[in-house]
Amino acid sequence: MTATPTKTSAPKAPKLNPIGLEKTAYKGGDSTLCNGCGHDSISARIITAAWEVGLDQTQVVKFSGIGCSSKTPAYFLGMSHGFNSLHGRMTSVATGALVTNKLLTAIGVSGDGDTASIGIGGFKHLVRRNVHMVYIVENNGVYGLTKGQFSATADQGQTLKYSGTNPYMPLDVCLEALAANATFVARSFAGDAKQLEALLKAAFSHKGLAVLDVISPCVTFNNHDESTKSYGWGKEHEIQLHELNYISHFDEITVEDYPDETEVQLHDGSWLVLKKLGDEYDPTDKMLAYKTLEAARRDQRLLTGIFYIEPETPCFNDLLNTVDTPLSFLPEAKLRPSREALREILAAM
Amino acid sequence: MSVLMQEPQTVAVHQTIVNDFNINVATANGSGSQTSNSLLIRSLYKMGIPVTGKNLFPSNIQGLPTWYNIRLSKEGFLARRERVEIMVCMNGATVAEDMESVEPGGIILFDDALPIANHRKDVKYYAIPVKELVKAANLPFTLQKYVANMVYVGVIAQLLDIEMGEIKDALSWNFGGKPKPIELNWGMVMRAYDWAKANLTNDQPYRVARMTGFNEGTLLIDGNTAAGLGAVFGGVTFVAWYPITPSTSLIEAMNDYAAKLRRDPETGKATYASVQAEDELAASGMIMGAGWAGARAMTATSGPGISLMAEFVGYGYFAEIPAVIWDIQRMGPSTGLPTRTSQGDILSVYYLSHGDGRHPILFPADPKECFEMAGLSFDLAERLQTPLFVLSDLDIGMNSWITGEFDYPETPLDRGKVLTAEELAKFKENHNGQRWGRYLDVDGDGIPYRTLPGTPSVAAAYFTRGTGHTEYATYSERSEVWENNLKRLEKKFDTAREIMPAPIVDIVAGASIGIISLGSNHPAIEEARARLKQSGIATSYLRLRALPINAAIHAFVAQHDEVYVVENNFDGQLHTILTSELPEQASKLISAAKCDGMPLSARWIAQQIG
Repeated sequence: MTATPTKTSAPKAPKLNPIGLEKTAYKGGDSTLCNGCGHDSISARIITAAWEVGLDQTQVVKFSGIGCSSKTPAYFLGMSHGFNSLHGRMTSVATGALVTNKLLTAIGVSGDGDTASIGIGGFKHLVRRNVHMVYIVENNGVYGLTKGQFSATADQGQTLKYSGTNPYMPLDVCLEALAANATFVARSFAGDAKQLEALLKAAFSHKGLAVLDVISPCVTFNNHDESTKSYGWGKEHEIQLHELNYISHFDEITVEDYPDETEVQLHDGSWLVLKKLGDEYDPTDKMLAYKTLEAARRDQRLLTGIFYIEPETPCFNDLLNTVDTPLSFLPEAKLRPSREALREILAAM
Repeated sequence: MSVLMQEPQTVAVHQTIVNDFNINVATANGSGSQTSNSLLIRSLYKMGIPVTGKNLFPSNIQGLPTWYNIRLSKEGFLARRERVEIMVCMNGATVAEDMESVEPGGIILFDDALPIANHRKDVKYYAIPVKELVKAANLPFTLQKYVANMVYVGVIAQLLDIEMGEIKDALSWNFGGKPKPIELNWGMVMRAYDWAKANLTNDQPYRVARMTGFNEGTLLIDGNTAAGLGAVFGGVTFVAWYPITPSTSLIEAMNDYAAKLRRDPETGKATYASVQAEDELAASGMIMGAGWAGARAMTATSGPGISLMAEFVGYGYFAEIPAVIWDIQRMGPSTGLPTRTSQGDILSVYYLSHGDGRHPILFPADPKECFEMAGLSFDLAERLQTPLFVLSDLDIGMNSWITGEFDYPETPLDRGKVLTAEELAKFKENHNGQRWGRYLDVDGDGIPYRTLPGTPSVAAAYFTRGTGHTEYATYSERSEVWENNLKRLEKKFDTAREIMPAPIVDIVAGASIGIISLGSNHPAIEEARARLKQSGIATSYLRLRALPINAAIHAFVAQHDEVYVVENNFDGQLHTILTSELPEQASKLISAAKCDGMPLSARWIAQQIG
């Protein structure tokens, strides 16, 4: 302590979120990923976004598959149950759990191999069912834990040290999600803290499945500047579709009157304000989303933002029409029909 | 000894044979014969006659040969019997071999439009003018094919003296009381009945007659329907499934019953969810997610589905997640014979998934046990916190069995060691100061306590993983942590030995021969034992109702000189397991295994032993 205080004041009160918690309460265990990994940046954004919107961690569940990205749910929201499942199979596990307890807020973290290679079938069905969860793909186009093989999102013609040159066309996670009738499709960049936080908050407020494809460079195996999943390339080529502003339902709505903007109200009363940067972009126009994504892919641009949002589509639990109480907490009286009911059935046999 | 091994012979033609013969109906798949066959078996059942129906059907929607075999047994034997006394030939594709299959002294009813190669001298033929009778009924063309099969119902009823009131009741039951189809079909049955009465010389010996003392207090039902109903009464909350023969009808029954019985009376909302998954990988993943989150979760599948579920079952075993998997076994390997029965998944299910580990299995032997075990399986899976299998088969699952009436489940649901927020807060206090750990064994039974997501406590969370983990659910690659965890899982498996249903043991004093068997073999074993007894061979019998084995099996084997392990597969799979788990007595265990797509017969079993 060398500095002499020039004025005395009460210790600064820690900053608290809407449910009275400090940000540190949203941390998890220490990361074991490589230094500088994009995935750790995403974990940090999840912590900030969850804290700022005031998620109750006891009502949050975290899911993942297998891979570097899938390890990360251990590194955030330590007071939430987590399920690190099988490679490419988080989708079915999450579906079962979230039908069982329909009140949970779910965060799924997957990778490009986990989602677009081994898990593409399950992913498409998760999207098709519009299961209520935030589904983050930490997309680096490469297998890290097995040391540098191409995934299904790897660029065609890309060269890696051990795997040579990739001859195949990539899958685009956002286009795949759109084709499966996703109700929330967005892309961001692990290095873009502001946008990613806004997207995460909006995703938390979306009813249904929110797909977030986050380009997250692999500092060890895929960070050459020619890769579209590298930091250098990302920083140079990222073009935001719009500037995002998320207004929580906790806040008073005082939207600045941007000259050219769209507002989308999310199911919990939050607002998403999209300020247009370039051409007219309407995130509720699916055909426009297809065209925009396809053009970006062709032009090798890292286009970020919300491509498509449809807040009104019923989510899976709406369709199943289960009781309001989570199935997991129903008492026996609700689960076993009466003696009389059995008697009637047997009599009719 | 060879005389003993034969089934009861058809006796002299002049003697009347009552309630003791087989009827085999040969039709083309998809022709509506199922309704006709169910009318026959239900009428006979309602007359109090012990009957068994075995449906031999192809993996096909329309046109391939199918047979329905009804056994009447006044002694109450319900196993498949291989002989046929009454053959109903409605399918030209198989008529030649069908006619050959009839016992001497038997009778053959056939559609007179079928080409008949040669007439046997030792059987009696009845030609039925099916086309003519249908034509005379003056029905719309689209219905003619379906109603045509009512013709043989009317003719058989007339020849055998089946009570027509029972046929009418069966028809009404089959069509849920809907007057139009009842009237239509009944008209055809009566037309055929009247024709037979006026035109046939009924000098054949087979007759049916009302009986008492056997069918009272029973049901005539298939095991899949029973299991579906049992799950609904057993408190199922989550079902994920993928269509596969012969398991699909279990799910359909469950869905039907649940839709009626498991709705909140005030809101009409469901107290369960049933999800058709995109494949069996997903079905198994969904029940793992659901079981983890606190559902009484189940799926039903068959062999190929089991193969796809292998990875998740290993996960569930290691991460300790309750879930119930019904395997309605059919013939494998590979696609095998999808519509034929087998007990060929015992080994693969017991050891399913890579790495170490075995899984508890229940073996229902009839529809009543399917009903009971559907509920019990959830209790045991939640108690043991592990994937638990119920191995039924196509024979129990899809054929009509006479079975004991179902009792209302009296024991409360066992939800296992699940901590509420309040219990979690008092955990230390209640457990000698020990802090809660998800994989910490505080009770000494190998079963730790778990918490459910959504429990309102900041101390409830833990991280579930298929990787190495400590007692407090943190990641670990340490050797001793791994070994200790597997030792605890072994302890839990030993707890399973004690709480899984014990075998049903029938020790016969002085018997040196023992029989161990399971599941759908039961009626054939009982009949084989009765026959062996008649020829002076006493046998004891242990019917296994679960794996892992417990002390009762050790004692049973110890008590006998030779123990036949009877099962419906080629490799002798249960024999392999018992040999490995009873190494000191393995030399006494003799494998009697057969797999030809049919339920085992008493004759074959008696031959193996006698």
